[in-house]
Amino acid sequence: MPHLLTIAVSILFDGLAYAMFLFITSVGLSVTMGLMGFVNLAHGAFAMAGGYIVVSLTRSLGIGFVPSLLISAVIVAVASVPFERGLYRRLYKSTDLEQVLLTIGLAFMAIAAFTFFYGPIPKSVPLPSWLEGDVNLGFRSFPSYRAFLILIGAVLITVLWYAFERTNIGAKIRAAVDNRRMAESVGINVDRLFTLTFALGSGLAALGGGFAIQLFGLTPYFAVLYLVLFLIVVAVGGLGSLKGTLLAALVIGIIDTGGKYMFPQAGNFFIYAITVIVLLIKPAGFYGRE
Amino acid sequence: MAANETMTRSTADEAARERAADYLLRRHYVRWPEVLPWLIAIGCYFAFPDRMTFGSQVLIMVMFALSLDLILGYAGIVSLGHAAFFGLGAYTVALAAMKLGWTEPVSGILAAGVVAALVGVAVGWFILRYRGLTLLMLTIAFAAMLQEAGNIRSDFTGGYDGLPGLTFDPLLGHFQYDLYGHTNYVYVLVVLAVVFYFVRRIVYSPFGQALTGIRENVRRMHAIGSPVHRRLVTVYAISAGIAGIAGALFTQTNAYVTLTVFDFDVSAKVMVMLILGGTGRLYGAFLGAAVYMIFEDKLSKLSPTFWQFGIGLLLVLAVMFARRGLLGLADTAWRRIVKRGAP
Repeated sequence: MPHLLTIAVSILFDGLAYAMFLFITSVGLSVTMGLMGFVNLAHGAFAMAGGYIVVSLTRSLGIGFVPSLLISAVIVAVASVPFERGLYRRLYKSTDLEQVLLTIGLAFMAIAAFTFFYGPIPKSVPLPSWLEGDVNLGFRSFPSYRAFLILIGAVLITVLWYAFERTNIGAKIRAAVDNRRMAESVGINVDRLFTLTFALGSGLAALGGGFAIQLFGLTPYFAVLYLVLFLIVVAVGGLGSLKGTLLAALVIGIIDTGGKYMFPQAGNFFIYAITVIVLLIKPAGFYGRE
Repeated sequence: MAANETMTRSTADEAARERAADYLLRRHYVRWPEVLPWLIAIGCYFAFPDRMTFGSQVLIMVMFALSLDLILGYAGIVSLGHAAFFGLGAYTVALAAMKLGWTEPVSGILAAGVVAALVGVAVGWFILRYRGLTLLMLTIAFAAMLQEAGNIRSDFTGGYDGLPGLTFDPLLGHFQYDLYGHTNYVYVLVVLAVVFYFVRRIVYSPFGQALTGIRENVRRMHAIGSPVHRRLVTVYAISAGIAGIAGALFTQTNAYVTLTVFDFDVSAKVMVMLILGGTGRLYGAFLGAAVYMIFEDKLSKLSPTFWQFGIGLLLVLAVMFARRGLLGLADTAWRRIVKRGAP
């Protein structure tokens, strides 16, 4: 019995860490998709770019891992703005297909560019000593890297929740997701709001990409390999819903981790099965609007 | 005066109506440029006798892209999981040959088409109620699920190592397969011609017209009482069947198959081919698949990285400047020339 409990706690812990990664990376995608209905398949590329910038900062410039995460998130957030202004903006009113093609094209270009500069071999980064090894929580010890990820995730959830629910700008975003035309007619500048959330979402994706280096190993194919996961979290959670994204990340993170513990040969089967079941029952996701 | 005006307007209306009716009556006629791709395909048989293996692969991708054109170009269903049906067809033939000893090729591809089409009906019936991101995700998830399921039962499917060394009976009991793939090329070309004829009939039928209507304005189609869901499921199943036949030919010509046929990359690649050629115009699949495969063959040998970058750039440029693909560009250029030439 105690053995079973140990496994359950491990699954829960690893699942939680995985869920935090999924949440951090996908939340921006969810909000931008909710705002503009834009199918952004290049989101994974921004996450990957974030990861590679962390690699460069730590390996070449000798900056610490945690400051590198922050710097990389800021760089990617700023760099994403010209993409939104120059390319994405022209296609807001286009069909799904055109958005899919544009962004998949960008993802391909990103994969090729990063393969050219960093090579196809998985990268790793040096970690500070306090992130290696285990942290003892009294009743048992956990890997400190994952514990740190969960902590950051929890902090971000709190901050985002506050920003979304309690600030003026959050109210504007919610209004624009609910009814864009109405929001515009009461004088909210939805375009500028979108640029802002796009930059923020890309920055968060970069942060997730930074964390991913030590979780999965970073290769240029990260951009499409994990993209499907981010899209699943967004679709299952419901577009533009913070609560939905969090719930979807938790469900998928924990069930997938559990599934891999118990049936290692099943791979990602459980994730896809959950996706199909949820979407067949609730096509707009947990908290999406029909 | 007023009566006179009504009179001229009604004759003008009449003429316009006649022109429209004329267009509808004649648009399915075979025009001379349509012969061209087929002549080229036959010409390649004589011009490049040592590249026939590659040629068969191009024709298979043409068929696969054609199946996608039917749902994407005509019915407007955006699918990033069409490899599911390609893979189903590929594995139907492979497993039938391996486990049941069913090695007759022609009945093999028919069986593959039927299996893929039946799965297409079942899946389509569920997922075609949705549109947009939900539909896109469901198509991706379905293909990925098949791949994972195949991997779980890798004792049965051979997993990512694949099922190598499949052998098939001589074609129609007579024609042996040669090392250079000449038999295969002719075989694939003939199957493609049959499939193409079938697709062309569908596209210009009232059913095809209804699909275009659904693509353009689904609400109006509902409003005039068109059975939208049933039509979408039907075309999805037909498209799945054709993709299955393409997959079956893929297995037969390569004599092996692995689970990579279900890759997301495969689904994305076939979509890129179709977009490159032009959607909703049948020959877009031809041109797109051929151009893509030939460039890939040449350029990816030089540098796979630059090839991938180029494809990405091409997609971005296509969306920005040439939304109707290469054939669309050719169309525009042709119209411009004709206009300039006219007095």
